[in-house]
Amino acid sequence: MLPRPTTHSKALGPGVAGPELAVATSAVLDRPPQPGAHLPLSGAAPCAVDPASLHDPRQHTKYPMVTGTSVMAIKYKDGVMLGCDMLAAYGSTKRYKTTQRMYRVNSKCVVAAGGEISDFQHICTLLDELTTDDFRTDDGIELTPQEVYAYLCRVLYNRRNKFDPLWNSLVVGGVAPDGSFLGMVGMIGTHYTDNHVTTGFANQLARPLFRERQKDDMSEEEALQLMYDALKVCYYRDKQSINKFQIAKVTHAAGVSISEPFALDVRWDYKKFAEPTKWAVGAW
Amino acid sequence: MFRNQYDTDVTTWSPQGRLFQVEYAMEAVKQGGCAVGLKSETHVVLATLKRSQSELSSFQRKVFKIDDHMGIAIAGLNGDGRSLCKYMRNECINHRYVYESAMPVGRLVRQIADKSQVCTQRSWKRPYGVGLLVAGVDRQGPHLFNTCPSGNYYEYKAMAIGARSQAAKTYLEKHFESFPAADMDELIRHGLKALQASLAEGELTAANCSVAIVGKGFAFTLLEDAAVQPYVDALKEDEPMQAEEAAAGEAPAAAEAPDEPAGGEAAAAAAEADGGPAPMEAD
Repeated sequence: MLPRPTTHSKALGPGVAGPELAVATSAVLDRPPQPGAHLPLSGAAPCAVDPASLHDPRQHTKYPMVTGTSVMAIKYKDGVMLGCDMLAAYGSTKRYKTTQRMYRVNSKCVVAAGGEISDFQHICTLLDELTTDDFRTDDGIELTPQEVYAYLCRVLYNRRNKFDPLWNSLVVGGVAPDGSFLGMVGMIGTHYTDNHVTTGFANQLARPLFRERQKDDMSEEEALQLMYDALKVCYYRDKQSINKFQIAKVTHAAGVSISEPFALDVRWDYKKFAEPTKWAVGAW
Repeated sequence: MFRNQYDTDVTTWSPQGRLFQVEYAMEAVKQGGCAVGLKSETHVVLATLKRSQSELSSFQRKVFKIDDHMGIAIAGLNGDGRSLCKYMRNECINHRYVYESAMPVGRLVRQIADKSQVCTQRSWKRPYGVGLLVAGVDRQGPHLFNTCPSGNYYEYKAMAIGARSQAAKTYLEKHFESFPAADMDELIRHGLKALQASLAEGELTAANCSVAIVGKGFAFTLLEDAAVQPYVDALKEDEPMQAEEAAAGEAPAAAEAPDEPAGGEAAAAAAEADGGPAPMEAD
């Protein structure tokens, strides 16, 4: 990747306009690049920051604009399953109702994101560059989910160190020769792996269900049912979600498949929901 | 090779389409001490002959660990070898930092080859004067690569580079079909025998050779001095057997030599008087 600055500091977007385009780059650098915030030694472009923005507090990512909500993922017998809704909200407005918050990295790995959607699109571009590189090298080696996970940890942590984070909570899921893999990376670089991972509200809502019912050897039907229940409870209790979901499966046998959008049966006419206080003690 | 008018700098072609400076760099590799590499289905072994400047100095290092799953043996300019070694170690450790996994061997070798090629196409650079035998294990199995100052790289089942490597290659060509199934000790023994073939004088001792092994689940390990002594001793045990075989081979020949005069008369009578056939072939 050619070294180039990437931030969200310009209104039009990164690298679209400004003096940084005048930097001459050579296809063969005789002098190794000297490390700096705008051109770090390792992982150059993804972790680079516009030098002007380092001193200008107004230009750093302060808050996200268009956001996705929770993502939930479980391991099951054949591989891993990820689920999330298709909403990109603009504050409280349910603005974009068909955003695919999942990205197929390669035949063995999927990344799903909550948080700022434009940052997620940038992450997809970075992953696409890596995958294209693998394709171009043409030696049969693909990135494993563990490698994608480690790479994303490094990128997010590096950006956090520059006070210009990619405002995302990412779930990396996939299959590798030594088993299935599920990991979560937060916007400040916090990361962990587990048999079930969640981001956002699903941490509070779906996690208890997973703890109770998820087993590594559960069948696909059981896993789907568990996922539906988790998605449903997140839809009921999270105001920034819609009844339109996608589920991605990554299996050893069949690779990656991201489902068509679907809706779940939900009811809003529960008496206790419609009139919560009617049967409460002391109510009239 | 003789000097000619197209060999002054690396950016001049000869009319036959040769870059002489690059070929001279490959000559530098042939001046280095012999290095042998061979692989089985699970392990890769490097065996090298170390030279010393004088009796007072230590032996030159030829084998370098790049990472737990990879190492190199160099032949040629030691300084260039160390520089490439540092580059490879850097790349491996950066790869581990970003991806938390071992760098695929073929990709690093290709990077070395690309780096070497750059030096063959700039008028202000000179080609690297070192050839590497890269031994490594990755997800796709064990690998042995050879890189060249020209920027070429090849994958091998077994290979020898450096001074008098042809003799070692001959040994390897004779025995390479038994390598895939060989276990680690057999592989080391083959490597040392191949190395022995390239010795001009003297014999292999623990002081002048070093062995390195890397395999699936076996981190790159360098054996020198005391560690390689048992293998050198094992070689010596094989030698008496080889000497006996050689003696047994010569005895029939000696036994038939006295027959020659008799056979020769008969042969002359049969009009076969041209220099005399070999004793065994006299009929």
